[in-house]
Amino acid sequence: MNYIWFLIIAISIIFGAINNKLSNVVTGILNGAQEAIHISLYLIGIMAFWLGIMKIAEKSGCIDFIAKLVQPFTKKLFPEIKNDKTATGSIAMNFAANAFGLSNAATPMGIKAIEEMQKHNIDKDSASNSMCMLLAMNTAGFQLIPATVIAILAAHGDKNPTIIVLPTLLVTIIAFTFAIFTAKVFEKIWTTQTTQEAQNND
Amino acid sequence: MINSLLETISLWIIPAIILLILFIGLLKKLPIYELFIDGAKDGAKIGINIFPYLLAIITAITMLRESGAIEALGTTCQNFLNLIHLPADVLPIIITRSLSGSAVLGILSDIAANHDINSYTTRLASIMAGSSETTLYVITVYFGAIGIKKYRYALITGLLADLAGIVAAITVTYWFFG
Repeated sequence: MNYIWFLIIAISIIFGAINNKLSNVVTGILNGAQEAIHISLYLIGIMAFWLGIMKIAEKSGCIDFIAKLVQPFTKKLFPEIKNDKTATGSIAMNFAANAFGLSNAATPMGIKAIEEMQKHNIDKDSASNSMCMLLAMNTAGFQLIPATVIAILAAHGDKNPTIIVLPTLLVTIIAFTFAIFTAKVFEKIWTTQTTQEAQNND
Repeated sequence: MINSLLETISLWIIPAIILLILFIGLLKKLPIYELFIDGAKDGAKIGINIFPYLLAIITAITMLRESGAIEALGTTCQNFLNLIHLPADVLPIIITRSLSGSAVLGILSDIAANHDINSYTTRLASIMAGSSETTLYVITVYFGAIGIKKYRYALITGLLADLAGIVAAITVTYWFFG
């Protein structure tokens, strides 16, 4: 992340200078900072709401119920947290919210899951295997129906915008499978934390 | 007809979930109001934890967008882009899709307005927008919420999945509409 971050900023400044747009780049810092505070504030609101709802779902046993349904699948993908019902249930709800395109609800549920995972994590500064798997699932963008895209196409006069549903689904399935597979392969190669986690589970 | 069905489902899904959770809570005689307040308290804490992470990545990306580097890349790689059936107009979607979902939709709207709605370019842009996920944003927010600084293989996995998604989008679009 250190190198990527440096690279993005260095490229911006160099290209800004070449294209005579350095003043735009500097204004970019200001606009970016403003956008960051906007998103954080927005997240506080929607996140607090869903975390409140999730608390009720947790205490009433809804999350445990969902956890039991999906455990056969999550056991394989998230071996470290297979006995944590709150984490398992949150992962399932995060996945479902993503699949239905409800990204506002998906983020708080995913954060709930990663918070639970942090409790099982020994090195609190460093990502555990389950966290990497959760993020792989979330960054692959699995979605059943791209409702917003369909709406945009329809707004521009497309008479048959649902024609893109099948190809889009195909693409997300490929990306999603690839992400899970890649995470599992890296889990085997990247051994820095696995030994610690094994001890943690004993 | 499929359209109106989709609309009804997406309209009802969130209210239905909320109603169901509250109803089950009441049925089990839980103090749902107090539980909600209790859970919501964590929201503010998470938002403040995430802020510095978001600040770092969003300022950097905004600087990049303002510098004109993306357009420069598009013109330099023109021949290569033609070779892999990737119209230069779709390039901004690829670059912004890891950070901002709303920006991607903005670009798509722009492409749909300036190209034939049934053209390969519009189809590819739609399929790419529909299958994209804000990788950098997701990683920043999730790890920011719990203060993880070493991402291990999470970032590389996310970026490789993005790449796979882009390749898949071009292949599938070319196959269906090319």
